[in-house]
Amino acid sequence: MSETRTLAELAAIIRSKNAGPFRLTFDILFDDERAFLTVVTANVISRDTMAALFGIDRAQISSIHVLPEGLAIKVTLIRPRAQCAAGETDVYGCQQHVPLMNLSVPLAGNYAPTRG
Amino acid sequence: MISVLTPTGTLGYGFDAQALARGMRFEPDVIAVDAGSTDPGPAYLGSAEPLCSRRVVKGEIAQLLRSARGAGIPLVIGSAGGSGRGELVDWTADIVREVAREQGHRIRLARIYADISRERVEWALARGEVEDFEAGFAVTRETLDDTTAIVAQMGWEPIAEALDAGAHVVVAGRACDDLAIAAYPIAAGADIGLATHMGKILECGAFSAEPFAMDVMLGFLHDDHFVLEPGSLGRRASLKSVAAHSLYERENPFLQRGPGGSVDLSGCRFETEGERRVRVSGARFLEDSVYRVKLEGAGLKGYRTLCMAGIRCPTMIERLDELLENARRKTVEHFAPDVVTPSFRVYGRNGVMAELEPTPRNGGAHELGLLMDVTAATQELARAACHFLSGHLLHVAWPGQVNTSGNLAFPYSPSDIDAGAVYEFTIYHLMTAESPTELFPIHYDDV
Repeated sequence: MSETRTLAELAAIIRSKNAGPFRLTFDILFDDERAFLTVVTANVISRDTMAALFGIDRAQISSIHVLPEGLAIKVTLIRPRAQCAAGETDVYGCQQHVPLMNLSVPLAGNYAPTRG
Repeated sequence: MISVLTPTGTLGYGFDAQALARGMRFEPDVIAVDAGSTDPGPAYLGSAEPLCSRRVVKGEIAQLLRSARGAGIPLVIGSAGGSGRGELVDWTADIVREVAREQGHRIRLARIYADISRERVEWALARGEVEDFEAGFAVTRETLDDTTAIVAQMGWEPIAEALDAGAHVVVAGRACDDLAIAAYPIAAGADIGLATHMGKILECGAFSAEPFAMDVMLGFLHDDHFVLEPGSLGRRASLKSVAAHSLYERENPFLQRGPGGSVDLSGCRFETEGERRVRVSGARFLEDSVYRVKLEGAGLKGYRTLCMAGIRCPTMIERLDELLENARRKTVEHFAPDVVTPSFRVYGRNGVMAELEPTPRNGGAHELGLLMDVTAATQELARAACHFLSGHLLHVAWPGQVNTSGNLAFPYSPSDIDAGAVYEFTIYHLMTAESPTELFPIHYDDV
């Protein structure tokens, strides 16, 4: 059975923010290339996993970008409602990141990072 | 080489006076700052209220005008007042005039308006020249009926025209953030792709530095690259801070769309230059065959009254959903046929993430925060319905209730608070323009 870490233990920054009034974008930024590759290889950030994590349809995942040069992964959702439409809870969309922090990432081989 | 000093990410959000003084020692060619965007929400566009207070904005304009006039360089302010509506161009221009008088400057002031009339959009609709950007719905005559105000994001061209006409201060209405910063360099002959990319990074001030802050940032634009440096010696630009900022608040990290074209960032290179600088190259401007601007529209949806209360009794917490649904239904029925729309946020459960919240509801909170609100056609009706709603929940009974003297702990009296007009985005679409300057009239006065 392989060991796991949470995404918060592997990434340096996990953040959410509006990208315009109709999109919610998440940035996962890494300091460490090995941690970045661990997350990418584990394939834990995909349309399927993100849809399951946030309890939404796959069609609501607007895009996923993996940026090896920047050691970053970017996930963008279609906002559940337009910014400030009835029922708004987070005008800037800046507090939607916590489910990603808790995402479980299986480690490959003998890699056992600690949060720096 | 053309250099730009951006004092902060949003005019009114502050910067360090010493960082400004140090930045000015680099003898920048222009001070450029944006004052808003859609990010604070549609209310600022719909109401024409300024995002920041007059007192704070005047304090910052006073420092910036003194620096700009002292160095003999222009000051450019984009998206005046927050939403960039005409009323806020006038509001900002009034502050600039007042500061100029107080400091004894004689200046040529340019005001550029970005308000778009309903008639202009209807004309474009008739010609099939309006298309969705990301809204997910089409603009129709009904949309326009429901719209209070429309602005378009201007590109660099109207600002460049004002600078060419000798303006010392340009107060622009809604402008693409990147291009309000990039207008001077482009007007001076810089590469549009590089200047826009530099503007994109500078427009948030020292948010692209570490430690990040609303503070002074400088960009030095050369023929084939630009260099970034924070104004404050307490900060540095690093590969990490600049790369992280390239992702911020946007969906596509490789393509930055704007009026008249896009900037392709897929070939960008970031390199460190010494301890505190980053050198960036590789952005390429891709001109659109048709010049389009982004429209932003906001419409009045009614008036809101809200009420906050704490809930501590476990017998209420365990049946809260049912109690809230009953209260909502009774309130709607009581005021029918007038339409009132109650809503709830339950803090301690899913008040932050609503339907995206993955944590199970029966988490065993010992206390919950309940925010109730009602939106209705008038403030009076919203207040009446909100009081009915909160009053119902205050005294509602259920089987097994232990405390029969009241269910809600209110922090305030009066417990119902009028929150004023409620706006929503009604337009977030692209519209074809006849030219880059057609929609953005410029007025000059010598102060």
